[in-house]
Amino acid sequence: MLTLILRRVGFMLFTMLVVSLVLFLLLDTELAGDPATRVLGQFASEHQKELWREEHGYNRPVMVRYFDWVGSFVTGDLGISNRYRAPVAEVLWPRLWNTAILGFWTFALIIPISLVFGILSGMREGSVLDRSLSVTGILTTSVPEFASAVFFSSVFVFGLQWLPGTSGMTDGFDPVQLILPVMVLVVYDFGYVARMTRASMAEVMTAQYIRTAVLKGLAYKTVILRHALRNALIAPFTVIMLQINWLLSGVIVVEFYFAYKGFGALLLEASLNNDVALLEACAMIAVAVAVGTQTLADIGYTILNPRIRFS
Amino acid sequence: MALQTTITGAEYGGALVRALKSFALLRESWIGMIGAAIIIFWSLVALSAPWLAPLDPNAVIQAFAKPGAAGPDGVTFWLGTDHLGRDILSRLMWGSRTVLFYAPIATVTAYTVGILMGLAAGYRGGLVDDILSRISDIILSFPVLVLYIIVIGAVGASGVNIIIAITFASAPGIMRIVRGLVLDLRNRDYVAAAQTRGDSDWRIMLVEILPNARGPLIVDACLRLGYVIITIGVLGFLGLGLPPPDPDWGGMVNETRQMAIVFPHMTLMPCIAISSLILGFNLLADGLREIALRD
Repeated sequence: MLTLILRRVGFMLFTMLVVSLVLFLLLDTELAGDPATRVLGQFASEHQKELWREEHGYNRPVMVRYFDWVGSFVTGDLGISNRYRAPVAEVLWPRLWNTAILGFWTFALIIPISLVFGILSGMREGSVLDRSLSVTGILTTSVPEFASAVFFSSVFVFGLQWLPGTSGMTDGFDPVQLILPVMVLVVYDFGYVARMTRASMAEVMTAQYIRTAVLKGLAYKTVILRHALRNALIAPFTVIMLQINWLLSGVIVVEFYFAYKGFGALLLEASLNNDVALLEACAMIAVAVAVGTQTLADIGYTILNPRIRFS
Repeated sequence: MALQTTITGAEYGGALVRALKSFALLRESWIGMIGAAIIIFWSLVALSAPWLAPLDPNAVIQAFAKPGAAGPDGVTFWLGTDHLGRDILSRLMWGSRTVLFYAPIATVTAYTVGILMGLAAGYRGGLVDDILSRISDIILSFPVLVLYIIVIGAVGASGVNIIIAITFASAPGIMRIVRGLVLDLRNRDYVAAAQTRGDSDWRIMLVEILPNARGPLIVDACLRLGYVIITIGVLGFLGLGLPPPDPDWGGMVNETRQMAIVFPHMTLMPCIAISSLILGFNLLADGLREIALRD
């Protein structure tokens, strides 16, 4: 078990290192365009660019700059954002906190909804509930987040005028402004998790030991709660953990649409404005979150699955 | 010469009959039929857009017209016009060309790369497998959209770059599927027979193994086409898509969403169009999977 955890964490660190190198090569070297032009704009003179390069240490060898960047990154110095004219960390943490709130509520809704529907329809394959869940799942995953944001806005903002159309949170935190973004994310993501839960539950229900439990006269409730659920919930656990990766993509779209001051919108803003230091920090955090949850999912899966044992 | 023509003609006919027969299988799943119908509808619209579209998609005629409003010279704006005065119906029709041109190309290139990687990793195994699997693990650990934003942000938004970015991000996932299938198929007797015959590795991979792995790959390709369409739409929506003024559904949503409170039709129409097309591919994939499971 310990070896597994160590190996997974080791791979995670290795991935982060490779990603950091790729990011650095892509954003901070001449590989995809001159960084000086990127920051100063295409009309900057050669003299200005040279001064900028000298001032920011861009005339040093690439490897020196890379190790310098990784070193300061690891010690918590994320650099200066040239769009906000402030340290990246100062800009980043409040945004990350906002996205954490958004993500928390999304998961707080996705998990119970998709598990309940997935288990109920997996218990009776081919039932009306099962059929309607599978059609609903196809429908909701077919509508991209930006389209469902438009649809929901037309109904609840323009039509019924119940909810605010933007979620800028300009006058302090307002839970009402959180409803639409969370709704868009939940509707897009719950179908997938529910279908995975359903598949896992349906598979368990056909297993020999469930038939044995039913035939030996156990109450149906006991069979489901004691025997089926335990095994059926292993796969959904992994799916939910890996869903964080997808959610990060959705968060960018939703935050952009609703002008929510979160991490995803910041990442997009950094990219559109060539704010290299901010983009690097955002991307590293996004990858860290994604790889971290994958590692947790792997380790959790091994702990939960009774068929895998490490001696 | 004449003989040659008849043979190729017969072979061609045979392939056509087979394709029609496998398409007829789809009749067994009404979900798949609906999906196929939606896709055929949009494909026809895309193909005949130059003749079907009532107006020039980039012509500035009359801004902020509501759906059904009459324009100058007796034209009718069936779906209204946008903030610059361009006919939305014509833009939707031309926009379907953009999506149905780039999405299949990007999917095919992603599949080509992914299949070659998967065949090599699964059939050769060893060091090749290790290296390719590590590379895909790393690419797959990126949140997809973050990857697109960084890559396209770095190299710039253009049709070719979007195809490259999609290939880069999707090939590892395809590689994993192909690799899994190959690991199973490479132990079959017909592969052993080909090996004994002395066929080259690539011939075995492409002629013996790949055709037998096509079932799951076709279903996955349908789903993936849906995702690629979402991706192209999202990139357009985020302002990282194809450069204006040529119509692109995601871009249309982005350009008009600020005015949606007064003129919802400008934003709603492209959203309905893209959702219906993606729905078509997802329904088709579901139908195909259902048929595949039944056999």
